[in-house]
Amino acid sequence: MILSNIETVPGKTITRFFGVVSGSTVRAKHIGKDILAGFRNIVGGELKAYTELLTEAREDALRRMVEQAESLGANAVVNIRFSTSSVAQGAAELFAYGTAVTVE
Amino acid sequence: MDQNAEVLVQLVIPLALLVLAYFTGTVIERRHYRSIRERERSWSELPVITLRSVPSGWRVVDSGLVSSSVVISVDYFKRFLAGLRMIFGGRVKTYESLLDRARREALLRLKEQAQSGGYQAVINVRVETTRMANARGDSRIAGLEVLAFGTALELREAP
Repeated sequence: MILSNIETVPGKTITRFFGVVSGSTVRAKHIGKDILAGFRNIVGGELKAYTELLTEAREDALRRMVEQAESLGANAVVNIRFSTSSVAQGAAELFAYGTAVTVE
Repeated sequence: MDQNAEVLVQLVIPLALLVLAYFTGTVIERRHYRSIRERERSWSELPVITLRSVPSGWRVVDSGLVSSSVVISVDYFKRFLAGLRMIFGGRVKTYESLLDRARREALLRLKEQAQSGGYQAVINVRVETTRMANARGDSRIAGLEVLAFGTALELREAP
């Protein structure tokens, strides 16, 4: 599966469009991480636990999007976009979407 | 006597936190900037551009999506300074440097990711910033996430 965030796959031509595919995941941080983050909120610096959490969650969303594209018979997803929104206190939705296509 | 002790505690704890945050925040920021500058120099060979199309003359062998993110927190001292600034208005320099660090760090990680995937350039780079609320639900920021992503290219010869 080839992924890109531009309109095409560089060096290849699109032969078929399948439409929009998307994947999402909603994640909550556990309380321990929030306590650690509270400490970081005093001294400053990177919140590594959150970075990892969001990276994992985004990979998950991407994987679901790819699975959907595969089930349609596509071999690439172009023009991928990400969006993050907090749906509740301490929980965030990570959303990835793009256009499934066949490239040659 | 009891009241005095109470007042003392109410004053001493925030003051101690301010002093602690001032030192740790300054050290962390200075160390981070040094690391950013060093890595930016060593990564200057790998082009990361915001153009949507492949520049002419680049012959693409393969491509793929790369993304990287950083969640960074503002320290107590900076938050205090920003709070003061919000009374008078104007530039909040402490937050400017925080966001600057987070963006540059995210772009550096994007380059590292591209390199480890065997790519030589990244096009159509986008940078997004999201505010993360804390679980207690009060208005204080728990962290700021900066996400950088783009289409990485494997080229026949280096640009």
